[in-house]
Amino acid sequence: MEKSYYDPRDLKKFGDIADFEPKLAEKFFDYYGEVFKEGALSAREKSLIALAVSHATQCPYCIDAYTEDALKKGASESMMMEAVHVAGAIKAGATLVHGVQMMNKVKKLSM
Amino acid sequence: MIKSLKASGNKLSIIENQLKVLASEPFRTELPTFKAKLELINQFSLKPSKLEIFQINLGYMCNQVCKHCHVDAGPDRKEIMTKEHLQRCLDILEVIKIPTVDLTGGAPEMNPNFRWFVEEAHKIGVKEIIVRSNLTIIRANKKYFDLPDFFKKHNVHVVSSLPYYQAGKTDAQRGDGVFAKSIKALQTLNDIGYSKDGSGLKLDLVYNPNGAFLPSDQSDLEREFKRNLKNDFDIDFHNLFAITNIPISRFLDYLVASDNYEEYMEKLVMAFNPSAVDGVMCKNTISVDWDGYMYDCDFNQQLDMKVATKDTQHINDFNLERLENRTILINQHCYGCTAGAGSSCQGTVA
Repeated sequence: MEKSYYDPRDLKKFGDIADFEPKLAEKFFDYYGEVFKEGALSAREKSLIALAVSHATQCPYCIDAYTEDALKKGASESMMMEAVHVAGAIKAGATLVHGVQMMNKVKKLSM
Repeated sequence: MIKSLKASGNKLSIIENQLKVLASEPFRTELPTFKAKLELINQFSLKPSKLEIFQINLGYMCNQVCKHCHVDAGPDRKEIMTKEHLQRCLDILEVIKIPTVDLTGGAPEMNPNFRWFVEEAHKIGVKEIIVRSNLTIIRANKKYFDLPDFFKKHNVHVVSSLPYYQAGKTDAQRGDGVFAKSIKALQTLNDIGYSKDGSGLKLDLVYNPNGAFLPSDQSDLEREFKRNLKNDFDIDFHNLFAITNIPISRFLDYLVASDNYEEYMEKLVMAFNPSAVDGVMCKNTISVDWDGYMYDCDFNQQLDMKVATKDTQHINDFNLERLENRTILINQHCYGCTAGAGSSCQGTVA
């Protein structure tokens, strides 16, 4: 049994998911490549969004990949940290907004 | 100020030790050597095309000690090209009519015969004279304050490093205060007409990554640099050259010390672009060191890999025909010039 669930070397094997199911993998990677092309958003803006989402989903592979990608695309450290704060704020907000649901239930159950 | 590898006695200041690193893992087992990679695409051996750029390294002395410097330049380096060698370069240029002379260093302006050489090169009709100026030299000492006017007078094409459009990353790579001085120097160059419509005075910037990663798309970076330098400092420039850091000298030391070497080499190999091979600068360039010896490029110069033409390795024995028939010497560091969109002193090549 592996000693860790995550191995940094596995990131380079991402494409190997096609070994078990090539058709879906091909569709996914085509889609992935298309998503990150420069469009209404610049490639750098997309990279920063990906970095933020990587943190929200807590994917260590994605954090490694999009930290380097954002640096390559000329993002500054402050841009990258602001992106992480956006992810943090949304995660925190998503937790806290459920507080309203809790309050509603409290009110319903209380005299 | 930090010292050069040479002055600090760093083991990588000895070229054999750099070559040992380049010959070690991951190239013993996991990764193909550059030679093997060229063989796979039937591009070995690498042969030159027409000689178009005569790049002269006027000396390794510099007023800066940049962390990534492939020359290991700095104030403690005393190697300076003599007037005699410079005259020999002029003699060659007068006969051969190589269109571009590319002056580099160190800080080429610190060579006491720099201005004389530029004047003479201008007189004999060299089409394009490039000076790779670190910008801060213009503000370093009052004897250099008039360099921008001198550049203008001789229509010198100025190419300057600026790794980022903000102070933090620039100073981290090039030294404290370098960004502020560079900005002032760029504004001065703009003020006298550099990069202004109709002036014909060319000013280009060089971007290189601030660490163990490869540059992104050159045109995207150029757009960001132009927008930010214009908005923040009212600075204009022509082109941004995105240059990959080559794993030799101080950058190699950084890679090894930070435990990034193997991963960086893997990135270079994975990003190998066969179509970049045709445009590598060693095909149309000869690099001359301060002592008059010739190399396929400035990187080979730093690894003491002299041109593979035994009887014409020195400018005193310059022979164009033999040089144009030579085989270009390669090693693992050459992956730096063929990664992604390729890399040269003129930016991307593919």
